[in-house]
Amino acid sequence: MTDVTNRPPGRTPNRASELVAASLKRRHAKQARLKWLGMGAIGIAFLMLFILVGSLVSTGWQAFTQTHVTLDVYVDPDEIEAEDLPRGDFDDVLVDSLASMLPEVGTEDRATARSVAGILSNGAQFMLRDLVVANPSLIGETITMTVPVSDPYDQLNKGLIERATPEALRRVKDNEIAWFDTLAEQGAVSKPFNWALFTNADSRFPELAGLKGALVGSFWALLVCFLISFPLGIGAAIYLEEFAPKNKLSDFIEVNINNLAAVPSVVFGLLALAVFINWFGLPRSVPFVGGLTLALMTMPTIIIATRAALKAVPPSIREAAMGLGASRQQVVFQHVLPPAMPGILTGTIIGLAQALGETAPLLLIGMNAFITSAASGPFDSATALPTQIFIWADSPERGFVSRTSAAILVLLGFLVAMNAVAIFLRQKFQRKW
Amino acid sequence: MNDIRKIERDVNMANTKISARSVDVFYGETHAIRNVSVDIADRTVTAFIGPSGCGKSTFLRCLNRMNDTIETCRVTGDIELDGRDINARSVDAVQLRAQVGMVFQKPNPFPKSIYDNVAYGPKIHGMARNKAELDEIVEKALRRGAIWDEVKDRLHAPGTGLSGGQQQRLCIARAVATEPEVLLMDEPCSALDPIATAQVEELIDELRQDYAVVIVTHSMQQAARVSQKTAFFHLGDLVEYDDTDRIFTNPRDQRTESYITGRIG
Repeated sequence: MTDVTNRPPGRTPNRASELVAASLKRRHAKQARLKWLGMGAIGIAFLMLFILVGSLVSTGWQAFTQTHVTLDVYVDPDEIEAEDLPRGDFDDVLVDSLASMLPEVGTEDRATARSVAGILSNGAQFMLRDLVVANPSLIGETITMTVPVSDPYDQLNKGLIERATPEALRRVKDNEIAWFDTLAEQGAVSKPFNWALFTNADSRFPELAGLKGALVGSFWALLVCFLISFPLGIGAAIYLEEFAPKNKLSDFIEVNINNLAAVPSVVFGLLALAVFINWFGLPRSVPFVGGLTLALMTMPTIIIATRAALKAVPPSIREAAMGLGASRQQVVFQHVLPPAMPGILTGTIIGLAQALGETAPLLLIGMNAFITSAASGPFDSATALPTQIFIWADSPERGFVSRTSAAILVLLGFLVAMNAVAIFLRQKFQRKW
Repeated sequence: MNDIRKIERDVNMANTKISARSVDVFYGETHAIRNVSVDIADRTVTAFIGPSGCGKSTFLRCLNRMNDTIETCRVTGDIELDGRDINARSVDAVQLRAQVGMVFQKPNPFPKSIYDNVAYGPKIHGMARNKAELDEIVEKALRRGAIWDEVKDRLHAPGTGLSGGQQQRLCIARAVATEPEVLLMDEPCSALDPIATAQVEELIDELRQDYAVVIVTHSMQQAARVSQKTAFFHLGDLVEYDDTDRIFTNPRDQRTESYITGRIG
């Protein structure tokens, strides 16, 4: 406004500048509204993200610990004979040792014995068996071992089963709570980090179920996916971008590759089911087929990212090399690909991160089977992280609720890590021209 | 056209390096160059001048077949290098470009070290048998490019870290490293300041001892300073081609006169 008042005397007011001045307020208001709208949108997005992660953490964190009980186990030679280990009654030995810690409980009554046995995880007897099989000299000795408790007691210990609930509506009865409290008073109960979540494969029992099978399955599937989609995707992109004549056919191919990137993943799953499994006769539920399917989905992403990265290399570099007498192939491999590499890798990692989280196609090729051991190769049946989440989310046991959230957190952790690597690569190798 | 020919012959037909006859260039439907015939002498600086869009760069790029890389571009007519048709089937563009080097408008060093920039051409053409030979070629080229003294202590620093003028001389060194016979320069000084321009012009004058140099320039002063022969292009036609002195002092064509006196362009 100072311009207007300081106008040199004798000069007629400029009509345009008056119009500008009159409209300024309106224009600024518009700009401010746009700014607020943008900030509001970002705020809502962050709120949603916060709610998502918050709810996952609030239910999932419990799964990262597991209640254990420490027992002094007398490996009774009457029950367990060195000559006949497979038929040894490891369960009885554990129950006896547990009962000895609960003064008022006898194990003569079979029903009581069963309830006492219910405190321990079903896997406890196998842990003891493995120990004894590995070292038969333990027979007749008393050993101290820490074993997981079964799911209801784990829930009780974590406060997820509330003592205030009427007994009839509770998984754990009053007398069982008393047993557990007795054990706790003796300092036998502990709640260490739940390594089993990462070192065990799937199990029917939540306290034993882990993600190892899913992690290994996802690893093999992603490896197969990478080995197929990376070279094919880059090859296709280089050909289309650098060598293919620009005509109707290449336009048609380009449009279709872009369309392919937008095809719903379940369609790829059906395609894989029909082609790889029905027609080629490849086995079901194996990471190799999963990897092939994911490669179909990742390839368009890699092609598009690679073409964009190749396009971003300034033409002056191509001309310089060509002017020196470099052949087309030398220009591409010695001058265009190296500076495009960070962009290509970023696109690839983002494509693989997408593949890691993809569920629908894996369901269709049977990678949601119940498999209790980790795959030893790409042709072994396995689950993958997202399908494992799907399986657990479907399981009725209470313990799987928190484990589902924990598995989602693990998956998100991998996705964030992969995207971080992509960002790091982009920052580190970004070139200025 | 006839009288132009006669003049050319008078000057020096004996050592014609490149001879172009009836060259036409089309970009799709656009007729960019119309029936251009010109003889470029060896060990001479030939300047192409003319207003923007007159086709001088297009014609220059015909001489090492850089237009091959443009899909829609079509070149007709004969261009001979030492009496050999460069568009013949038997001539590979790769081989031609090793013989006819090029320096571009904007300095475009590779994002590599200074050494690697210069060594690249000799390496891909297998000109050096060992490291010592390559070192020698690189040093010689950098000396020819009049930049050796400035970079000899940092040969392994990135070429993109040099100043604009240094980058352009590096590009010239890179071009001469492959020992071409002809050096094409497409407005090599348009991105440079006056001091760097003067250095490059001095260099061009030295390069004339060994090469046929063809330079496209927007600056008539530059054409007058560095060239012995000048061709004036206008709207895709070669209007006039003669000794530089003659073009600037006594042009035959009305359009040439208008251009050099600043009335068109």
